[in-house]
Amino acid sequence: MVLEMKNIRKSFGDVEVLKDISLHVDEGEVVSVIGPSGSGKSTLLRCATFLERVDRGEIRYMDTPAVTTGDDGRAAYVGAAELKQVKRYFGLVFQQFNLFPHYSVLKNVMDAPIHVQKRPKDEVRAEAEALLEKMDLTHRADAYPCQLSGGQQQRVAIARALALKPEILFFDEPTSALDPELTGEVLKVIRQLAEDRMTMVVVTHEMPFARAVSNRVIFMDRGVIVEQGDPEKVFGAPEQERTRQFLRNYQRG
Amino acid sequence: MTLSTMLSTMGAGMLRTCGIFFLTLLFSLPLGMIVMLLRRSRFPVVQWIMKIYIAVMRGTPLMLQLLAWYFGPYYLFGWSIRGYRFTAIILGFSMNYAAYFAEIYRGGIEAIPAGQYEAAEVLGYTHAQTFFKIILPQVVKTILPSVTNEIITLVKDTSLAFTLAYNEMFSLAKQIAASQTSFTPFLIAGVFYFVANYVVAFAMERVEKAFDYYS
Repeated sequence: MVLEMKNIRKSFGDVEVLKDISLHVDEGEVVSVIGPSGSGKSTLLRCATFLERVDRGEIRYMDTPAVTTGDDGRAAYVGAAELKQVKRYFGLVFQQFNLFPHYSVLKNVMDAPIHVQKRPKDEVRAEAEALLEKMDLTHRADAYPCQLSGGQQQRVAIARALALKPEILFFDEPTSALDPELTGEVLKVIRQLAEDRMTMVVVTHEMPFARAVSNRVIFMDRGVIVEQGDPEKVFGAPEQERTRQFLRNYQRG
Repeated sequence: MTLSTMLSTMGAGMLRTCGIFFLTLLFSLPLGMIVMLLRRSRFPVVQWIMKIYIAVMRGTPLMLQLLAWYFGPYYLFGWSIRGYRFTAIILGFSMNYAAYFAEIYRGGIEAIPAGQYEAAEVLGYTHAQTFFKIILPQVVKTILPSVTNEIITLVKDTSLAFTLAYNEMFSLAKQIAASQTSFTPFLIAGVFYFVANYVVAFAMERVEKAFDYYS
């Protein structure tokens, strides 16, 4: 199991955003998380990537515990050194790309493998160039993020995350900041990664994409997982009334 | 007094003016960084002390601060202040400008989107790497215009050293103007400040251009 989250609870002030969420992702699985705004799906990703601290529950990556239940029943994070090791297992692609504007495309991709993972520069460069080729961005390697379209920036961000060779890649609404014309090129890349058996969790509003690409779909609402399963089942014949309602509203646009 | 005598007398003053200018920049630019970091410390007491420091530095005239730095040690502790004049000037200017630079740096730091920190965090950069590789270069770019303003102000503020009877260029201009009942020294002083600031603006524009490769 690549990722296991158990009984996750998270509140912001008095508002409980995640109410006892459990989730596991197996190797090679592509999981889509759908749901209305404020359902907690982005918070779930942010908790999984340690950008937010969970209040309760457990998190493991590759069977290595990162968050366990302490004696007081609250979440206990492992020490900084162990957490750093666990962080190597995942990558995250942001809605707003968050590329480093002062680095060229190639440097954005190469910098962390060289300066965080301390890998040899030549090896990293070869890999980065291969990744950019895969993203169809070879001709933009020396450009700066501000010179790229949103779709191109997001593909650089995906290459940057992949350069660290994560076991699992998270996407937080990767196409929500893009013009409709540009979403296609980003979704195509994610689809390609799915074909290469990359383990991924994608929070998305692109329903046809979620249906076509994922092995499993999770529908979240108000901090709980309402329904999950095979995409054909969740989209084609949802069991829960809330899921039906959401999908109906969605199709109506 | 001939023009060339005036110029050579004032020339020595110009060197002293330049001395104040460069030493103040040398000390206040890094000191401002330290003040800013302490101002953003996670300890409320430290934050609070830095807030008071900045408030006093910005809230009182630099002229008064220079007097305080120079005569303070004598009045407070009875220390001898002989030979201490130039040190007091540099201390006064540097401490004052550090406060302004600290606030400029802080504005630049706070303008960096949270996403930059989050991206760096997820990619595994250490806090030091994040600051020096990711945040600081972007801060430098955004604060350059404000820093230019401050440096130009400093060129003109150097004349405040006359408060401590230090013979920088403008003090000499005033002395010569009074003794010779001539306005020429003031014209020379005006041209000097103008040219100095033209050079500052030109140099800073080049630096800004060097950061133009991204936005």
